[in-house]
Amino acid sequence: MPTVAPLDLEGHCIAAAFLGDVPHFAMADGAIHRLDHGHKTVQANDGLLAAFHDAANDRLITGGEDGKVFAVKTGGEATELASAARKWITSVAAGPQGAIAYASGKTAFVRFADGKTREFVHPRSVEGLAFSPKGMRFGVARYNGATLHFPAAEGKPVELEWAGAHTGITFSPDGAFLVTTMQENALHGWKLADGKHMRMTGYPGKVKSLSWSVKGKWLASSGAPAAIVWPFSGKDGPMGKAPLELGTRGNAMVTAVACHPSQDVVAVGYDDGMVMAVRFADAKEVLLRRPGKGAITSMMWDKEERRVAFGSAAGDCGVIDITA
Amino acid sequence: MSDAQTQIPVTVLTGYLGAGKTTLLNRILSENHGKRYAVIVNEFGEIGIDNDLIVESDEEIYEMNNGCICCTVRGDLIRVVEGLMRRPGRFDAIVVETTGLADPVPVAQTFFMDDDVRSKTRLDAVVALVDAKHLPLRLKDSREAEDQIAFADVVVLNKTDLVTSEELAKVEATIRAINPAAKIHRTTRAGVDLTEVLDRGAFDLSRALENDPHFLEVHDDHDHHDHDGHDHHHHDHDGHDHHAHASDIHDVTVQSVSLRGGEMDPKKFFPWIEKITQMEGPNILRLKGIIALKGDDERYLIQGVHMIIEGDHQRAWKDGEKHESRLVFIGRELDAERLKKSFDACQAA
Repeated sequence: MPTVAPLDLEGHCIAAAFLGDVPHFAMADGAIHRLDHGHKTVQANDGLLAAFHDAANDRLITGGEDGKVFAVKTGGEATELASAARKWITSVAAGPQGAIAYASGKTAFVRFADGKTREFVHPRSVEGLAFSPKGMRFGVARYNGATLHFPAAEGKPVELEWAGAHTGITFSPDGAFLVTTMQENALHGWKLADGKHMRMTGYPGKVKSLSWSVKGKWLASSGAPAAIVWPFSGKDGPMGKAPLELGTRGNAMVTAVACHPSQDVVAVGYDDGMVMAVRFADAKEVLLRRPGKGAITSMMWDKEERRVAFGSAAGDCGVIDITA
Repeated sequence: MSDAQTQIPVTVLTGYLGAGKTTLLNRILSENHGKRYAVIVNEFGEIGIDNDLIVESDEEIYEMNNGCICCTVRGDLIRVVEGLMRRPGRFDAIVVETTGLADPVPVAQTFFMDDDVRSKTRLDAVVALVDAKHLPLRLKDSREAEDQIAFADVVVLNKTDLVTSEELAKVEATIRAINPAAKIHRTTRAGVDLTEVLDRGAFDLSRALENDPHFLEVHDDHDHHDHDGHDHHHHDHDGHDHHAHASDIHDVTVQSVSLRGGEMDPKKFFPWIEKITQMEGPNILRLKGIIALKGDDERYLIQGVHMIIEGDHQRAWKDGEKHESRLVFIGRELDAERLKKSFDACQAA
């Protein structure tokens, strides 16, 4: 029977993540809480808007209302990496070789590990950012499509067009597919080799959480009363195939998803605070946490595949131990 | 719909450059009214106040991908409101300032069309600042100035000290002609009582009715304006002398159509209003109405922006109160005759 170690905080949790084996909870007020032999806190941004778990460097990249970008490492070290005067930093991402990207208004910035920075100005706002897992390449979600930049080289960006507002972006772990979340209740995808489109529609709500399963075989998503899990193992991605619908509930919406690091299992968080784990193969469900005070906003599995850290919109965060 | 108690009210401030928006904003931010405001501006510009809750945001209009050209929202507002609302304890209300040339419609539609924004905030009122001296010129060279007035719930007619009383009367008549339903305040230095601007509940029709019992009681002469499309010749006011002075200083393309009838057959009225807003949506800026439905003990309120309409019961009809339906359309190229006929056809037998 799973056990939950609660951590009741104030406010909206932007990201729950393990740095090393220490669970961290990045809150909207910019305080980063951690459970490291007791409850400890470090202040990063004055007003946190975006956080990204940089797995390769075991750190959290944060951006906020104060126009600053921080790197938070375990042990409570918060380092300011960049600042943009008086403008909100609305999106952050981490890439290969210690590079990070952040967005403010219409500009995307890439900061390399040596501190050098490049700016990429767009005609419209930069809504979302993601690095490709391979090579120095990053994608920008924007109005009417996505733009791919190659920040280490000169040359023109690649424009991928699809009408509508694209708000978030992710590359598949093998770098073959690019998927965006949209202002409408839909995902859009491109097969990067040939630019083929993939429309993923039918959601009753906006999709705000995406998670790739091990080796990118599946893409799990929120925005429905079930976790909608699209098959990406074929060469054309999910085209012509139906998604799995896992953890369906009649009276709640899925707000966050986090795939298991090695198995075809997804942790599913709902708008009432409930968390379940569901297996892809047989849709078998295990209750991990009963409903709480607020919608689940973020979840992450630890490396030992034993615990799930979760955060909520109402501040009732915690860590689920599935082996206990 | 979410509980109105927890929804943060949002005031939208429109108006041309120089109309006095910054002056009014500075007053909202500095005066001691016991409320804290988060302000979303296009540029920090001349706001002389340092405040963490002033957010700069690039106006960004998104067409919704549903084939409807008037279904536009402000993408930047969705983002900023979502960010602000993650820390809601910091402020009591939000003010959105738009640039002089901004179309107020996408701003307003954001608060109806985006589920996240809608669940956490509610549009309180659209306030247009108008420069008494320069309005005639603005109306000549732009459609936006007219749109801003047409769309407003409250018009602050500012800089009245720069014009003669005759000029002022003309300007005010012009505003009335564009928007017979708005409340007009004459001011100098944007010196309007802030309670007349903030927390008005103008999109909450039952509150709007409490605030102004004569709401929607449009004088009959307003629906006789013979604004023939976009032609820029003088409008024929059919001997309505009291309006002749309005027409000589502007070219009005916005018109209002006021309809009045008895009890409506719900089986006819709802399909009709659906159809009208679907067909004429792009031409309708605002619609507001109080509807008496046959066999219904309560007054039904309806309002809309382009193709978006919403309605709800307000209160029981009082004893002896006349069961009357009133509906006002403000828009362009509206076929008043056809609207009237088809509205009349919805009346219960």
